[in-house]
Amino acid sequence: MPSKEYVGLSQINGPLVFVENPKGVGYNEVVEIITENQRRLGQVVQISDKVAMIQVFEGTSGLTVDKTRVKFLGRPLMVKVSDEMLGREFNGIGEPIDKGPDILNGESRDINGSPINPASRMYPRNFIQTGISAIDALMTLIRGQKLPIFSGNGLPHNRIAVQITKQAKLKGEEAGNFAIVFAAMGIKHDEANFIRESLEQSGAIKNTIMFLNLADDPAIERIATPRVALTAAEYLAFDKNLHVLVLLTDMTNYCEALRELATARGEVPSRKGYPGYLYSDLASIYERAGMIKDKNGSITQIPILSMPNDDITHPIPDLTGYITEGQIVLNRDLNRKGIYPPIGVLQSLSRLMKDGIGKGYTRDDHPHVSSQLFASYSKVQEVKALASIIGEEELTDSDRRYLRFGEAFENEFINQGEDEDRSIEETLDLGWKLLGYLPKIELTRVSEKEIADHYKEIKEI
Amino acid sequence: MIALDRKGILYSINGPVVKAKNMTGFMMHEMVFVGEMKLTGEIISLEGDSATIQVYEETTNLKPGEEVLGTGNLLSVTLGPGLIGSVFDGIQRPLDVLKAASGDFMKRGVFADPIDLKKSWNVQMGKIKDGDKVVGGQVIATVKETESVIHKIMIPPNVSGIAKNVKSSGKYTVDTVLMTVQTENGEEEIKLYQRWPVRIPRPYSERLAPREPLVTGIRVIDTLFPISKGGTAAIPGGFGTGKTVVQHQLAKWSDADVIIYIGCGERGNEMTEVLEEFPQLIDPRNGRPLMERTILIANTSNMPVSAREASIYTGITMAEYFRDMGYNVALMADSTSRWAEALREISGRLEEMPAEEGFPPYLASRIGEFYERAGRVKTIGDEERIGSVSVIGAVSPPGGDFSEPVTTGTKRFIRCFWELDRQLANARHHPSINWLDSYSEYAVELKEWISKNVDPDFYKMRDRIMQILTEDDNLQQIIKLVGEDVLPDNQKLTVRIANIIKVGYLQQDAFSDVDSNCPLKKQDAMLKTILHYADRSSKLVSKGVAVSEVLDEDIVNTLMRMKENVKSDHLDEFKKIEEKLDAFFDQLDKKYQVTTEA
Repeated sequence: MPSKEYVGLSQINGPLVFVENPKGVGYNEVVEIITENQRRLGQVVQISDKVAMIQVFEGTSGLTVDKTRVKFLGRPLMVKVSDEMLGREFNGIGEPIDKGPDILNGESRDINGSPINPASRMYPRNFIQTGISAIDALMTLIRGQKLPIFSGNGLPHNRIAVQITKQAKLKGEEAGNFAIVFAAMGIKHDEANFIRESLEQSGAIKNTIMFLNLADDPAIERIATPRVALTAAEYLAFDKNLHVLVLLTDMTNYCEALRELATARGEVPSRKGYPGYLYSDLASIYERAGMIKDKNGSITQIPILSMPNDDITHPIPDLTGYITEGQIVLNRDLNRKGIYPPIGVLQSLSRLMKDGIGKGYTRDDHPHVSSQLFASYSKVQEVKALASIIGEEELTDSDRRYLRFGEAFENEFINQGEDEDRSIEETLDLGWKLLGYLPKIELTRVSEKEIADHYKEIKEI
Repeated sequence: MIALDRKGILYSINGPVVKAKNMTGFMMHEMVFVGEMKLTGEIISLEGDSATIQVYEETTNLKPGEEVLGTGNLLSVTLGPGLIGSVFDGIQRPLDVLKAASGDFMKRGVFADPIDLKKSWNVQMGKIKDGDKVVGGQVIATVKETESVIHKIMIPPNVSGIAKNVKSSGKYTVDTVLMTVQTENGEEEIKLYQRWPVRIPRPYSERLAPREPLVTGIRVIDTLFPISKGGTAAIPGGFGTGKTVVQHQLAKWSDADVIIYIGCGERGNEMTEVLEEFPQLIDPRNGRPLMERTILIANTSNMPVSAREASIYTGITMAEYFRDMGYNVALMADSTSRWAEALREISGRLEEMPAEEGFPPYLASRIGEFYERAGRVKTIGDEERIGSVSVIGAVSPPGGDFSEPVTTGTKRFIRCFWELDRQLANARHHPSINWLDSYSEYAVELKEWISKNVDPDFYKMRDRIMQILTEDDNLQQIIKLVGEDVLPDNQKLTVRIANIIKVGYLQQDAFSDVDSNCPLKKQDAMLKTILHYADRSSKLVSKGVAVSEVLDEDIVNTLMRMKENVKSDHLDEFKKIEEKLDAFFDQLDKKYQVTTEA
């Protein structure tokens, strides 16, 4: 398609520029914005026969109203995907930044992708062992799942994410046919370096594609970053049959860029100034995880987001939780106690675990043990609250056992080393061992047979 | 007639909302094809020569200057044999046909007939002969659509007159003309299918009061907060509280004839789960796969928002169609909040003045219109048929805050409120329906049916259970402050019995083979057993026997586990449990020489 070029803008407003009387320009089309010494990319976000509204990914500073040239490319924003991308580093819109050659072979694809037909999806059932007890036993990660980490400033979400990428494996499956796609949106240089170095150390870097939009990169570019990354991930998963783990960090920065753009467009805001379509927009990213019938690859997503003020009801974690299949919530109190990973298990959840654990997947007793651990640990919170009022001495024997169990659960079960890789059997046995602190009558979630097989009461507390 | 060669010209595109001029002669809510790709859209406002259109597909690359073509029809659904067992998107395009046409990822501008018009069915004609008078809603033929559903072919609601050219029974395709009807305005062909505009409720002759419960197999619902056939209910709950699991349970075990499940702006994998699971699950009433009575609408969160807006109407119109055949239909919408958000998004693009939290001012009236399409009715037609549509909508309040506009708007129009509780969900108490804050206005109306068909004492027991739970809630406040030990023995016992009710009765494992579905008879027997224990133990405790004596580990364990240990078809085992209880208490009575007065 011949591209059309216009000289001069009618208006520049924040990240937006306006071109008057465009002819034959399509909605969502990509444009090049050319000044004397620079070429930037933009996208048509609203179009009428009188004016085209364009968002500029690299920002509008330095643009002039009269001299700027705008070239409409007649296609949506594309990224060239190929397996040459593995081991390489790109900016937020998919251009190489590692001084390596351009991607030569490959196929250009629309970064917005298309929704997977629900009738084509395959329900994810394969258990991924992360080696982290709290996750494996209580919020099991399933291949093809989207399981975000809800974190806060100063909490070790990056270390957990790295530990998962290093240790994640399917039981009894060949290693090798996996890849990692890492998309950074507005994170600090230090964080990006930490992740890069960790992947280098573990040797996974050669199977990794990195898309980096760091804190000092243009904010509007972030809107494209997760989409570019997922387009590459879809290619690897569904064309190349790889199992792809996608890390998206930090979604909060992404949403803020979206808010900035929406405000510039003068849209009606909904909660906290975020646009009313934030849910649909996030869904268009998160729903790109999954598995497809008759295809061997898969996309598993671990988005990371920091909850502003640790507030889980903030629109970003809230809407994310409504779309993703569970969440891993990090807890500041546990972190303060020096427990790593500081996973707040009661608020955390994996919606897909029910079909990927138990008989034939992990171990027969897994569903009941995890339910029991949740129930007992939840009771621990009640007992703790009571103990802080009436004092530990006044507690009943059964309540004191709960306290002891709670302590052991946090220090031995949740707590583990950054390089400690526990098998699911070790994790479940540990769970049973700790349940020994509780009297048998309290264990209502496990069956009588399971109690006979695994339960050993710890008399001394 | 409306001319079909009308052409509009696009002049503005803003996401799913586009504007076109040269639109004089188009109807409000007319279905149109937009642009070179022929994307499906619907006119949502007309002003002078220009129209605003919401487009049901991605609008990327649409250009000003492209054409808009009219269809002459309001946005409608096709109703006929072949609906059951299908999976549609929000505007009734079958997903398997789309998959065959465009692969694993959804492409745009693909047109597909909702039902296969060329599929033949064995049509059993009724008694109508040439020259008979027929009226709208009259059944003229039947088709065995699945083993579970007999599809009745009806005269469309707005047609009546004299039948002509009536075919005899035989194998016909869906687009065969079974008869023609000579009406006042000319001849109407009656085929196996009819079309109906989604935004207009199908007519009925009379609305009836709710009488019969929709039995769901979920104890906390059936016992404490029952819903009637033709009733409305809302399930509000923050994320992770188990809305979808409850909706799936309802779709599986409700005693409706036809289930319509709308995945409205929710997760793709959840729809896949239903698709994989339902063909395997067996309907307890007739031993057939559940898919044989189910229709799915899957408009997942990443599919276009305007189709999400339409999906609710597509679903309820199909529900009304089966209601008109005299069936009890249950419709689940998961989640109505996503539908409301679609309204908000489109309203925002129209630059309408927002009311609360950016939602349009007409939000509550739209919610009301939707829920009012539920109901138990006498259908139109020549004979008396009674059908019902029950609507159960999930609500996803942002931040779990029940004071937000969708929840409050919904509360005004529903009569059952099943509030999901974050604390219960965190403790993995499922279903996490809060027993103190939920309510059902149908409870009173259903008392008569339950007393007659289940147990005359059922409601008495229900009230006692509620009493114990309420008392327990008060006691829990005290326990939180000073601990359980300081309570007097009778209150301690109340707390323990409440615990048995919570764990042994209200908690129900959706994924257990035995306990997933609990029939009313079993609920009745369980209530009896628990209250029997409560009676005999409180008698002992009131006579000064220590609480620890009646809280025998084995007995409590039996009560907690009977939901799992007694199968629904072995209810006589409750007799044995009762005997065991009696033996236990008799021996205690003896020990403490309490005389058991009759």
